[in-house]
Amino acid sequence: MSWVSNFLTSSLGKKLIMSLTGLFLIIFLAVHLAGNLQLLAGDDGEAFNVYAHFMTTNGLITFLSYGLYFFILLHIVQGILISLSNRGARKVKYAVSNRKSNSFASRQMMLLGLLVFFFLAVHMGDFWYKMKFTDELSMVTYSGYDYAVKDLYARVDAAFNEWWIVAIYMLGLLALAFHLWHGFQSAFQTLGLNHKKYTPLIDNLGKIYSVLIPIGFAIIPLYFFFVK
Amino acid sequence: MIQLDAKIPKGPLADKWTRYKSSVDLVAPNNKRKLEIIVVGTGLAGASAAASLAELGYKVKAFTFHDSPRRAHSIAAQGGINAAKNYQNDGDSVYRLFYDTVKGGDYRSRESNVHRLAEVSVNIIDQCVAQGVPFAREYGGTLANRSFGGVQVSRTFYARGQTGQQLLIGAYQALSRQVSLGNVEMYNRHEMLDVVKVDGKARGIIARNLVSGKLERFAAHCVVLGTGGYGNVYYLSTNAMNCNVSAAWRAVKRGALMANPCFCQIHPTCIPVSGTYQSKLTLMSESLRNDGRVWVPKKMEDVESIRQGKKKPTDIAEQDRDYYLERKYPAFGNLVPRDVASRAAKEVCDEGRGVNKTGLAVYLDFKDAIMRYGKAEAHANGMDYNDSVLVRKLGTKVVEAKYGNLFEIYEKITGDNPYVTPMRIYPAIHYTMGGLWVDYNLETTIPGLFAIGEANFSDHGANRLGASALMQGLADGYFVLPYTIGHFLSKDIRTPSFSTDLEEFRTAEDEVRNRLSSLLNIKGDRSVESFHRELGLLLWDYCGMSRNAEGLKKGRQLLKNLKEEYYKNVFVPGEMEEFNPELEKAARVADFFELGELMMVDALHRNESCGGHFREEYQTEEGEALRDDENYAYVSAWEWRDEEEPIEHKEPLVFENVELKTRSYK
Amino acid sequence: MKLKLKIWRQKNSDTKGGFHNYTVEATPEMSFLEMLDVLNQQLIEDKEEPVAFEHDCREGICGTCSMVINGQPHGPMALTTTCQLHMRHYKDGDTIVIEPFRANAFPVIKDLVVDRESFDRIIQAGGFVSVSTGQAPDGNSILIEQDVAREAFDAASCIGCGACVAACPNASAMLFTSAKATHLGYLPQGKVEQAKRVRRMVAQMDKEGFGNCSNTYACEAECPKGISVEYIAKMNRDYFSAMVGSED
Repeated sequence: MSWVSNFLTSSLGKKLIMSLTGLFLIIFLAVHLAGNLQLLAGDDGEAFNVYAHFMTTNGLITFLSYGLYFFILLHIVQGILISLSNRGARKVKYAVSNRKSNSFASRQMMLLGLLVFFFLAVHMGDFWYKMKFTDELSMVTYSGYDYAVKDLYARVDAAFNEWWIVAIYMLGLLALAFHLWHGFQSAFQTLGLNHKKYTPLIDNLGKIYSVLIPIGFAIIPLYFFFVK
Repeated sequence: MIQLDAKIPKGPLADKWTRYKSSVDLVAPNNKRKLEIIVVGTGLAGASAAASLAELGYKVKAFTFHDSPRRAHSIAAQGGINAAKNYQNDGDSVYRLFYDTVKGGDYRSRESNVHRLAEVSVNIIDQCVAQGVPFAREYGGTLANRSFGGVQVSRTFYARGQTGQQLLIGAYQALSRQVSLGNVEMYNRHEMLDVVKVDGKARGIIARNLVSGKLERFAAHCVVLGTGGYGNVYYLSTNAMNCNVSAAWRAVKRGALMANPCFCQIHPTCIPVSGTYQSKLTLMSESLRNDGRVWVPKKMEDVESIRQGKKKPTDIAEQDRDYYLERKYPAFGNLVPRDVASRAAKEVCDEGRGVNKTGLAVYLDFKDAIMRYGKAEAHANGMDYNDSVLVRKLGTKVVEAKYGNLFEIYEKITGDNPYVTPMRIYPAIHYTMGGLWVDYNLETTIPGLFAIGEANFSDHGANRLGASALMQGLADGYFVLPYTIGHFLSKDIRTPSFSTDLEEFRTAEDEVRNRLSSLLNIKGDRSVESFHRELGLLLWDYCGMSRNAEGLKKGRQLLKNLKEEYYKNVFVPGEMEEFNPELEKAARVADFFELGELMMVDALHRNESCGGHFREEYQTEEGEALRDDENYAYVSAWEWRDEEEPIEHKEPLVFENVELKTRSYK
Repeated sequence: MKLKLKIWRQKNSDTKGGFHNYTVEATPEMSFLEMLDVLNQQLIEDKEEPVAFEHDCREGICGTCSMVINGQPHGPMALTTTCQLHMRHYKDGDTIVIEPFRANAFPVIKDLVVDRESFDRIIQAGGFVSVSTGQAPDGNSILIEQDVAREAFDAASCIGCGACVAACPNASAMLFTSAKATHLGYLPQGKVEQAKRVRRMVAQMDKEGFGNCSNTYACEAECPKGISVEYIAKMNRDYFSAMVGSED
């Protein structure tokens, strides 16, 4: 199996890992957003809490979530390693650097990624950790269900009434938007999908996606902070 | 007296090469592995030779002064490469290519060599296609052709306006493959500064490592020079800045002969000189004359107003334009050979009708081509072919597809848009037909020293036809030398490798070191560049597009004076043992002085006009070149003697297959 | 026009370099390199060492000239090599900072001259068609669709100058490597050994110490020949299929 390690440690193989894990995370974002939009259902969290319960107890979902954590970590570790070795490929830097020939996002993928990661740490510490590993959340039972579920909704409501948490979310999502702005089409390019007809389509789709998804996520804290 | 033996095989012209190939002494594969060959220069000729020789099994060491074997100036050839494929079914044949080349060369080339060139031309195209050279294709996928000057068939293969680049990269790839297989040792940034002879045979070179500045010795069983031409002796030329004669001239200093040095080609379509700081001239491909029409205004008052900026060329009415090539040469029109086109441009400019500030420029106009192509496109697409705006737009697109990159180069340099206003062009030094004298084996008079490509003299006579330089470089490298070198090496199969500790190597290295340090030690006040410019201008004035006895005598004296000053007053900064481009230039310019003098000697002795050599005393009443076949149908091969007059050796040219005629393109 | 120049001077690869200031008088018709010629003539007249820079054909095709001008390889004009850049794009009083191409794989030799032999080694690893002289069939026996020939030509127009590496924030050589691999891979003659070719060329590229491609596309923006990043995608594709699809 030496070809596998040869392949995955080659410059192109490393990029392939970034591309595939990135695409997986892109899909995850859409799924995650769809679930979370239930926070806006106006039912005092019933739908959301039931959904959250399902997501944390279903065996298949749990299995998938381990894959997700692994891909997130792989994406982060690999990204950092690549970025560092790339910086090392030019030991003497230019005195004048030119910013016209490429975009801010494409140059700063590691910085943006790290910002997203820190945001993720805050985000997961606040909700995921409390949901899974502590008894801090109160239990509720909804009519029609014969079991009690943790009231994550109440925790979300509380958190998003703190201005500084909302601010961290806004910054994190902004970083995510830029990260996606470059990452979306870049993943396709790395996979070798560059075509005169379809690449402009992918480019535009990526730009729409990288704006819409973070906006979708941003609506939630803003809604709790300002509206509710 | 050196006896020149061209070693032309016996038999009918068309059979000579085939018979030669079947009877030349071969070297067995096991012996090839023991034989070493040094190839200097990695342009089309050098790279293709190094690759092909290595493929045969010889151990090759290849040298270039560039940072990579992909940079040589072959890369700049734009228009194309000739081959007698007759893919267009327009009556082309090996004989016709041979005939056109001999005639185009004004009957001063060796029949047998030219015929061989025409024969192998067809193999070159096949070889290059197989290597992945992206030649232009027709819709059906077959190879496309275009026409070039001096011929009436369409036999030029091309890759947009970058044919030389693509062919060189093909040869470079073949060479790289041999490097990777360990058959070629590649020495980049090494400049050859001397040939080393052992027992009268060329057995090695002294080269300077241009990064460390150290002199290094290399030994082999024979040495091949593919080091290009010497057009840069004129300082301003279409050659690359670093092109030089030094490798060839060092061979001359060791006893090789320089043949026909005064035969220099002046290319008619170059971007004119714009200022005194100018470092080089840029060629606009001859292929442009397929579609461009050359003209100057008929009336002096129009010339004046153009020069003062009061009128634009587009303001000059059709009847006030003098399409002088079409007028003087109705049969070939704008596609007359280069020497004829250049002289005609000089003539109209001498009359005072030049169209830029310096008075040294003529127009090359694409308006008619744009409209013609536009009409055809409109017809083909069912559009309104009377709508001149539409037609112009469509035509511009066609012209862009054909010559886009050339038009871009022109616009970058001049700031003018040639789709709208005609190009301004003027002749410039481009190629040198003269070079090291070689026999049919491409061997110089030093046994074991071979010269290929532009570095030798053999195929183009007094004038080279367009798209033939690439053909000759690759013919020599891929298909001729790999056979003919066996003639020499087959006698050397028992000769062991030479040691570079031999006395001959030591002496040669010391001589080179002394030469370089004496240049460094002059410590005068003038830069190498300033001498080179002055030398170039002097040659252009006295030994340029037209020459006369009086001027040549005067020029030679001026040149000698300048050379004397050079050795007293040149300033070369830096040290020998470091990266020092000024020292490189200083040694090259020193060699240019001697070559320049020899060119004048040759031009003065040749009392006739032929091809690129136009002696004002020898012209017809209409101002056309007047050849003297009775007295000058020979190759002048000069033996250089430092302090004494050079000695001329003659190789008579025997024409058994072509009847010598006055070249007429009327 | 009078220009202020800030030029990187470095005696050789073993010594440290630094910027030196010069002023030079130029005219709009001059090329950038002719402006440097003028500077060097001045320096020589003052018995100083001229600035070493590489150049040869001065018509934008040999790929010898390099240098980074105010942060851009080959200067500010699109699709233009340094030798084809003209001074009419500058104005009196401008300051121009000139640096060598920077990358570990392109060590400085002197001043603005760098060593680009790493490119040669990438070609030697597989950037060729394995056909020896004399083995070729008739040129027209291999039919090539016009569009394919055009694509191959576009890739083949790379001049090997190294601006892509110089421009890339990661000093990656992907544009160069992919242009060559793709040029040959498009053509039927080159397809035969494409899998082997890309594997070898990529391995060599990695060995030379170039950075990874992170799709910033600075290479395409600065390439004087407009080589497209499409070729990078194409090579990625070829490489993945070569690695996964081959038997070894």
